[in-house]
Amino acid sequence: MTQEYRLKKNGYINRNKKISFKFNGKKYFGFEGDTLASALLANGVHLVGRSFKYHRPRGFLGAGVDEPNAKFQLYSKETTEPNIVATEIELVEGLVAKSQNCWPSVNFDFGAINNLLSKIFPAGFYYKTFMWPKNFWYKIYEPIIRRAAGLGIAPMKPDNDRYEHKFEFCDVLVVGSGPSGLAGALAAAKNGARVILAEDKSRFGGSLLNDEVTIGNKKGKDWADETILQLKSMSNVIVKNRSQVFGYYDHNMMVMIERTKDHIEKPTKYTPRQKLWYIRTKETILSTGSIERPLVFGNNDRPGIMLASAAKEYLKTYGVLVGKKPIIFSNNDGAYDLAIEFKKNGIDPLVIDIREKSNSTAVKEAKNLGIDIKFSHAIANTNGYKKVNSATIGKLNKDKTGYENLENVSCDCICVSGNWTPTVHLSSQSGNKLKFQEKIDAFVPEKSKQNESTVGSAKGIFTLKESLEDGFKLGYELSNKITKKNIKSSIPPSNERNQDRHDKFWCMPLPKNKDYKRCVDFQNDVYVSDIELAVREGFRSIEHVKRYTTLGMATDQGKTSNLNGLQLVSNIEKKIIPEVGHTTFRPPYTPITIGAIVGREVGKHYRPTRKSPMHLWHEKNNAVFVDAGLWLRPRYYKQGNETLQDAAKREATNVRNNIGICDVTSLGKIDIKGSDSAEFLNRIYTNAWMKLPVGKARYGVMLREDGIVFDDGTTTRISENHFHMTTTTAQAANVLSHLEYYLQVVWPDLDVNVLSTTEQWAGVALAGPNSRNLLGKLFPNIDVSNEALPFMGFKKGDLFGVPARIFRISFSGELAFEINVESGYGIFMWEKIMELGKEMNIEPYGTEALSTLRIEMGHVAGSEIDGRVIPSDLSLDGMISKKKDFIGKRSLNRQAFVELDREKIVGVVPIDKKTMIPEGSHLVANRNASLPNPKLGHISASCWSVEYNNPFSLAILKDGKKRIGEKLYALSPLKNKSIEVEIVSSHYVDPKGERVRS
Amino acid sequence: MLEIKCPYCGKRSQNEFSYGGDAAVKRPELGKEVSDKEWDNFVYLRKNPRGNHREFWHHVAGCRQWFKVLRDTSTHEIFKTARLDEEL
Repeated sequence: MTQEYRLKKNGYINRNKKISFKFNGKKYFGFEGDTLASALLANGVHLVGRSFKYHRPRGFLGAGVDEPNAKFQLYSKETTEPNIVATEIELVEGLVAKSQNCWPSVNFDFGAINNLLSKIFPAGFYYKTFMWPKNFWYKIYEPIIRRAAGLGIAPMKPDNDRYEHKFEFCDVLVVGSGPSGLAGALAAAKNGARVILAEDKSRFGGSLLNDEVTIGNKKGKDWADETILQLKSMSNVIVKNRSQVFGYYDHNMMVMIERTKDHIEKPTKYTPRQKLWYIRTKETILSTGSIERPLVFGNNDRPGIMLASAAKEYLKTYGVLVGKKPIIFSNNDGAYDLAIEFKKNGIDPLVIDIREKSNSTAVKEAKNLGIDIKFSHAIANTNGYKKVNSATIGKLNKDKTGYENLENVSCDCICVSGNWTPTVHLSSQSGNKLKFQEKIDAFVPEKSKQNESTVGSAKGIFTLKESLEDGFKLGYELSNKITKKNIKSSIPPSNERNQDRHDKFWCMPLPKNKDYKRCVDFQNDVYVSDIELAVREGFRSIEHVKRYTTLGMATDQGKTSNLNGLQLVSNIEKKIIPEVGHTTFRPPYTPITIGAIVGREVGKHYRPTRKSPMHLWHEKNNAVFVDAGLWLRPRYYKQGNETLQDAAKREATNVRNNIGICDVTSLGKIDIKGSDSAEFLNRIYTNAWMKLPVGKARYGVMLREDGIVFDDGTTTRISENHFHMTTTTAQAANVLSHLEYYLQVVWPDLDVNVLSTTEQWAGVALAGPNSRNLLGKLFPNIDVSNEALPFMGFKKGDLFGVPARIFRISFSGELAFEINVESGYGIFMWEKIMELGKEMNIEPYGTEALSTLRIEMGHVAGSEIDGRVIPSDLSLDGMISKKKDFIGKRSLNRQAFVELDREKIVGVVPIDKKTMIPEGSHLVANRNASLPNPKLGHISASCWSVEYNNPFSLAILKDGKKRIGEKLYALSPLKNKSIEVEIVSSHYVDPKGERVRS
Repeated sequence: MLEIKCPYCGKRSQNEFSYGGDAAVKRPELGKEVSDKEWDNFVYLRKNPRGNHREFWHHVAGCRQWFKVLRDTSTHEIFKTARLDEEL
């Protein structure tokens, strides 16, 4: 009994290719060209899910993106994906899917007990129920809610699929390939515009696929196929199916998701799963169509009850009957198309029409075919637990508040039509203020803020003739604006059934003494009674009603429910809908995989990695790397089984005793040239620069305008009007922008140019008592004595033929030099130094040893320059020039900045001389004080002092200088430590700075 | 994502630029006596209007020039961009 509901003919599926798939553990067959939904329906499967809250049995409601019920968990060999919409997924061999939100199975679901208890779970029950007792929240309520919440199961492994990003430009982007979209695309393309046509489904044509219409004496579908072929043949047109434009962003930036893999039976390893397109367009034609609204009546959410348009699509596109004894329930003429299709395929439908009569050709044709139509009738209730099996119908009384009679009619499906809701999401996202159109009881776009135009049924135009005219006209007009060409396309004649007015009545009354559940939002389980309750409890704003009841908040974003919810609120409030307004449409229109948004920027491609020219050497010599901004820097060079701390001690000790070499390429370097360079530095830095001699370096501190320390570094005068500035690794880019701002915006009269040269120079620091000896060997022709190259001196040199810059600067506090050569010679320099330094016991040192050296010297770095300190907090008072003005100087007079007990830098040593103090620990006076224990300061950096062989830390401490000698406590609740400490000077080693000058 | 016309390079996407604050703010001249209030205004106080706003942008991932933009803060419409030496 396979595919019992598949017709012998009809549909655009490939009947020559049978495809097997598994659903809830059972094997089924469908055809190539099916969706998972159409294949299940061909096999008569209607019960596919359970509702979100009450676990009521649910079947398919729609056939496209609007489907609220059929959300499945998809399984493949490697992974699983939740919330897949069955109507959107194309059938491929071996597909495995399961219903979600049910246990143990969709047939017998334990959670269905919620339906019996539904009286205690109305809208807002969260807010009322879980308030007391207070301590129940963490241990009882939250775990239970967490288990019950959500739909599918999130995959636990990384997503192995590839997702790509693509950037594209065009003159006219057409969203949707229905009649008006095709017309717009064709007219614009013929008039020379660069056009992109995007269709969400796998097939082009929109309503033309399922409507009995003719265009230019051809069947609608044939015209669509020919138009697509024509567009594809044009070099100025990109035609994309399986592509959903889901967001309309600023300045006509549209974002589209293209499905490129899941429909392919045997994709290659490198086939991207999805492509995210960023499309910047000049004009947009939104031919996004419309979505049918359900009618609301008792138990209208049973499996087998679906939208008439969906039933028609299953029949026409897939050759699938959604039932063999259908009832069609409608308030308009659109559903008669379906009735006629049923009849033509040998099925006798019963039509229940709310209206008293209709004079449309559709109804006449139906009558002529002998279709049973009951006007002025409605469905009051339905029966059948796992699938609908009968409907209670009755004649509506005059004012439609009740029924004159009620009778039971058996059926196996009910196809409902409550008229059409234009798909205005993208239009609204573009900034369009929507207006309510009485004629169709729905919102339509008005004038947009952006270059957006809506056509066809998305604008409330429901005849083919007008849609085509509208599309052709707009396509021409928009392209004419851009191309200035005047090539007009002729509009083909069309033929369709005409339609009479719909009846705005949509929510059926309950029979006397009955309180059947009437569903409004299928996915989020919101019923008429919930919305009535919300209004009764005082929620007036539609946004509040939405949040209280969760109407329209699920993954389908209320595509089928929003307008019905609005109508209900307006009915209860006796307001007209425009007064109630509508909730905000936000992107994405359909759910988007996180992977697609991230694209290829995952793992190590998350951001670029910067490596110094000596990186390979570090790798070969067992360097363990650390991220320093985008840079990878050696943290330590591991020997044997040593730990980070062991290695840092060994490397730092060797610097203090012999000589070490450190890769400092990542330091920011900025070349400054121009006749006003010294004046510019004088304004940028806090200290004086005018009199710095050529061949000398100076340490400088920069402030922000608010007086906070921004960055520090040394700058060297290479020649009269040429300076070489260094910045910290972290702030290099910001300092450059800062300099450019002042040069371009504030002082354009200064003759100064700045350029980043960070990557042009490879840099090493040589530090330790042997460094001068080694320098002499590296540059035998240069006098490197203390007199010729004193502390803060600079010389150009020749490193075995390679031009080099030698700076006598020191971060380690030892006698030290930094050598720069052009990046390409970096590795040559490094290896030469290692070779010649061998006899002096040279060893490379990483950032951990570097930190150790600078911490015990009391040199500040990023952990102290944390965006909260002014120079005097760091004992840099001496760096502040009294004689000149500079950026941020005026702020240093602020009351808060001149107070004497500010937090200042100090050194901290544990009393036991053994326990390392965790960075971030708080300094307090009393370790046992009740919480919150008043904080006096915090530990900014910690190391094992190799000079004194005990732990040493830097701290920023309130009134720090006066506390030197005091005993305090360092508390780290995270590490569960409480350490007795002594406050000492931050200059722990060589406080007079004799070594650097030696 | 905004589309910003750099006066030097032409139209580019926002991700090439960084925002640089209110262009109406003028830094007090160096060395000039400035009252607390004046300095406070310069460093901290910004109008933050809903509607037209003159502001600086920096073409960071491009020509590295600072320039001026007239933008509506609520609709993001950009009416005009100009070089620093041009009227906006």
